[in-house]
Amino acid sequence: MSLTTQDVQKIARLARLAMNDTEIEAARAQLSGIFELIEQMQAVDTTGIEPMSHAQDLSQQLREDVVTASNDREAFQAIAPQVEGGLYLVPQVIE
Amino acid sequence: MKWEIVIGLEVHTQLSTNTKIFSGASTAFGAEPNTQADAVSIALPGVLPVLNKGAVERAIKFGLAVGAHIAPRSVFARKNYFYPDLPKGYQISQMDLPVVGKGALTIQVEPLSGNAKPYEKVVRITRAHLEEDAGKSVHGAAQSMTGIDLNRAGTPLLEIVSEPDMSSAAEAVSYAKTLHSLVRWIGICDGNMQEGSFRCDVNVSVRRPGESLGTRREIKNLNSFKFMQQAIDYEVQWQIDTIENGGKVQQATILFNPDTGETRSMRSKEDAHDYRYFPDPDLLPLDISPAMIEAVHATMPELPIAKQARYTDEFGLSAYDASSLTSSREMAEFFDAGVAMVGAANAKLCANWLIGEVSAQLNRDGLDIAQCPISAAQFGAMLARIADGTISNSGAKEVFRALWSEGGDADAIIEAKGLKQVSDSGAIEKIVDEVMAANADKVAEYRSGKDKLFGFFVGAAMKASQGKANPAQLNEVLKKKLAG
Repeated sequence: MSLTTQDVQKIARLARLAMNDTEIEAARAQLSGIFELIEQMQAVDTTGIEPMSHAQDLSQQLREDVVTASNDREAFQAIAPQVEGGLYLVPQVIE
Repeated sequence: MKWEIVIGLEVHTQLSTNTKIFSGASTAFGAEPNTQADAVSIALPGVLPVLNKGAVERAIKFGLAVGAHIAPRSVFARKNYFYPDLPKGYQISQMDLPVVGKGALTIQVEPLSGNAKPYEKVVRITRAHLEEDAGKSVHGAAQSMTGIDLNRAGTPLLEIVSEPDMSSAAEAVSYAKTLHSLVRWIGICDGNMQEGSFRCDVNVSVRRPGESLGTRREIKNLNSFKFMQQAIDYEVQWQIDTIENGGKVQQATILFNPDTGETRSMRSKEDAHDYRYFPDPDLLPLDISPAMIEAVHATMPELPIAKQARYTDEFGLSAYDASSLTSSREMAEFFDAGVAMVGAANAKLCANWLIGEVSAQLNRDGLDIAQCPISAAQFGAMLARIADGTISNSGAKEVFRALWSEGGDADAIIEAKGLKQVSDSGAIEKIVDEVMAANADKVAEYRSGKDKLFGFFVGAAMKASQGKANPAQLNEVLKKKLAG
């Protein structure tokens, strides 16, 4: 399967990536290569094998429901581009 | 032409954990902005999520309460979209393998209009999955900027999805209310709708009977049952008008404006529904053992549905009464405490008072049962005096009013107000004799066939007793003596 330029443009837009034509063409070739690899893998007979959602066959450890975090707002906001009254500021969002 | 309404609900319940779903930051409501937003909540690079056991236990609790299958293995996925209150650029949710599978909820539907009778309905639950909440946008914090408070980001949510089984606003509201009372009953959510702990998205479509499903529109973020009913009513009419005028309903996400009572389409976000879900590599699959389910099961209270069955079977209450009494755990506990004092034989009396007088007073004063000024013990002591004939129902109302406004105890109020009924048969016979002697002409008329005069004698005798005669006893004595 080969991706079209439009496919790549859509993927870039969804990922909020600004790409010029040269970059899109390069990405198209690379992504198509990945799709070819996936096609090869899909040719393998996996009948009777349970699908995995993670590369490691382990299960999630659970954390006790106890507050462990401290208030580090000052440290975090010191490196934020813009803050006011404890809020992080971003360009206006209009709904 | 008739139309059928098809409604399904997605409800986001905030789970009542101490900490966030993937980090040890507090979830307490109302803190200063971003003071409960730790490195995970604000998505600093390099942080990793660690799942909260308390959130998983609450999800299991819900699954057990609706008779659902608890997935032995469920998987967290990334739902990708960009919005400033979602700092990672994705929400961790569950897609293909949710923690709770198919279940069902039995509801008592109270029709919103007309004289239609309440009826029972079973609404199927499709699934319930764990996910994290987003932060909050604050507008007007600074010129041309939006403020972001990430205290709420990462708060655990259980999204409960129903099948499109509801066919009126009344059914949708009954389902939402029943679900609301259930999640509070089992202690997984505080149910505070003003604070956003229980948020409903309602999918509405209409069709001609027999046709396949129409195109649905989704009303987002309803946080009151009243608004839900208004929004559905408006939306249904809008869809019917649109189709009858030759138009077509387009699938859309809409908002309800409580000020105008109208629904309107949200600005459609391009690619908004292209979420590109995939399993989150930061989280391993969640395995839930039978032992863990058993441990959660052991902490479950008696469920409303089981209590309802007990109330109808043991006490002979109607399904509707049983449902009213189990509208909250506090209400049911109040009822149980009352019945414990007056015995099962007087359960109906206890139910009538709770659903009638007590609920009416609570409504009037804007209180809920947990804030009732009369304790279950005070209430039970009053009922006991009705049950043993010490006071009449109208006397009890006076006792009740005094208990409500001044407190105290029923016996002392009965004594102080002289509300004790005369149940001494000798005293009643004496009153009846006097009344008959003073109205000999009417006695003769009655005996010659004028039955209607019986009411006159009851009134006269009751008056002579200053309203204190036990009515049942008085009737009995009068009947006997008048018969001659």
